[in-house]
Amino acid sequence: MSDMRALYQEVILDHNRKPRNFGPLEGANRVAQGTNPLCGDNYTIYARVNDDNIVEAVSFEGSGCAISKAAASMMTTRIKGKKVESAEQLIEEFRAMLTGELDLQGDHSLGHLTVFEGVAQLPQRVKCAVLPWHAMHAALEGDDETSTEGDSDIWSKE
Amino acid sequence: MSAQPTALNRSWEEVRADFPILAQSINGHPLAYLDTAASAQMPQQVIDRLVWYHSTLHSNVHRGVHTLSQRATQAFEDVRLKVQQLLNAPSLKECIFTGGTTDAINLVAHSFGKAFLKQGDRVLLSALEHHANIVPWQRICEEVGAFIDVIPINDRGELLLDDLDELLTDRTRIVGVNHVSNALGTVNPIEEIIARAHARDIPVLIDGAQAVAHMQVDVQALDADFYAFSSHKLCGPTGIGVLYGKERWLEKMPPYRSGGDMILNVSWEGTTYNGLPHKFEAGTPSIAAGVGMGAAIDYLQELGFERIAAREAELLAKATERLGAIPGVRLIGTAEHKASVLSFDIEGVHPHDIGSILDSEGVAIRAGHHCAQPVMTRLGVPATARASFAFYNDDQDIDRLVAGIHSVKEIFGV
Repeated sequence: MSDMRALYQEVILDHNRKPRNFGPLEGANRVAQGTNPLCGDNYTIYARVNDDNIVEAVSFEGSGCAISKAAASMMTTRIKGKKVESAEQLIEEFRAMLTGELDLQGDHSLGHLTVFEGVAQLPQRVKCAVLPWHAMHAALEGDDETSTEGDSDIWSKE
Repeated sequence: MSAQPTALNRSWEEVRADFPILAQSINGHPLAYLDTAASAQMPQQVIDRLVWYHSTLHSNVHRGVHTLSQRATQAFEDVRLKVQQLLNAPSLKECIFTGGTTDAINLVAHSFGKAFLKQGDRVLLSALEHHANIVPWQRICEEVGAFIDVIPINDRGELLLDDLDELLTDRTRIVGVNHVSNALGTVNPIEEIIARAHARDIPVLIDGAQAVAHMQVDVQALDADFYAFSSHKLCGPTGIGVLYGKERWLEKMPPYRSGGDMILNVSWEGTTYNGLPHKFEAGTPSIAAGVGMGAAIDYLQELGFERIAAREAELLAKATERLGAIPGVRLIGTAEHKASVLSFDIEGVHPHDIGSILDSEGVAIRAGHHCAQPVMTRLGVPATARASFAFYNDDQDIDRLVAGIHSVKEIFGV
């Protein structure tokens, strides 16, 4: 991608400047940390899942680039209120979009999250966008730590 | 030998033209390569030497009676002589080929550590170290029950030596410090550190990865006990580097890796080891890379380190002034003595985003923690953007960096 203005769209810059659901979450029963040791991005993802398996509340804290922070912020706004299964489906669609495996013209529920589509053309930034989503997946699964350098298949493009 | 001698007094424009990689476009823009601190580019003279090696004399070294093997051995061992001259090392036996700086430091940490580090002993490092001069020490210290002390820095990124004598304790067995900080560019007062450590009979290892291509290094004048560097920071190929070590230490240190080439005689009853430097060179080395490193040393010596240092100081001064004048840009690492490394950040923009936007305009910088996370933590930043300059850069590269920073600010509205 040669035109960075297409990547750094206003919605991404806005979430970077004013991240939503930023800070620790009271009563969180799912927590996971996501780190990218190559660039130092580091986020903690909090979720509160109720007895009906609904993600009642989510939040995140930490630091990183605009892509990762906006991805985390927009993720929290989309996952809040979802059933765990639909949250997991959204996580998978987001990952598939960034690894070029998703047909954006076909059925999906990404909505505004397609602003991250351009990141797929920047291989070294794909990890930035997926990092908080991967951490959310780990939180929902009950893993408490995840890294872009781990062997989890969510990072694999194969 | 196919490499053309480098004529003295050529213009910097002509010198730049020696580097074919710089002539290409990246993302539709001419490449401005400002990441020499990560890896320096190779001039055509080095590339030609690699082609010559691969097309006329490749074979294994120190083994064959056949002509090619003898020629390859000769070419490879000639490089050891060039290394000896480059560092002004007293003896060829003290110049060990390694896989690079990281490998060289691992060799010292593990071999010196096995011989001299005991439970309760201490290793003194500096707050400016690259992970390569931290983690190997952490591992050996954990193994033997030793501890690491750290020479602190001030906010400018300069080592604070006020308490050095207290840090050089009765139990301190070795000091490890970089000659030049890769993250901030600080040129450290290693002469003073070495002198004060030697006053207590403590040896000093210098990580010279960022120094050796940019200044004349004389291990005898420094009185360094160990000095490590990598070929690829020296305009040579990756995969080879050097450990200089004083013979009196190397003789007492056990082999690090074992296998062929480092032995005199092997039987099932036991093995006797080869002498220096081969005792520390197990297995087939990166012969081609070594030969290429030899060409890189020739190239730099013909340009002259004084001339190189003056050129890079000029580029650094210009870039420092231009970036320092941009509102919102903060220079990180403002030591009085600096090599041509310029770390910075932009208020409201993460360095990773700076790196991507600059790359989209053909400007290659490093963004991240530079394998020096303790430096970042100490300075209170998660990461920095880092432009590093070599003699082959020019004023246009600085113009392009400045223009790129303005694009970053425009895109982020800061």
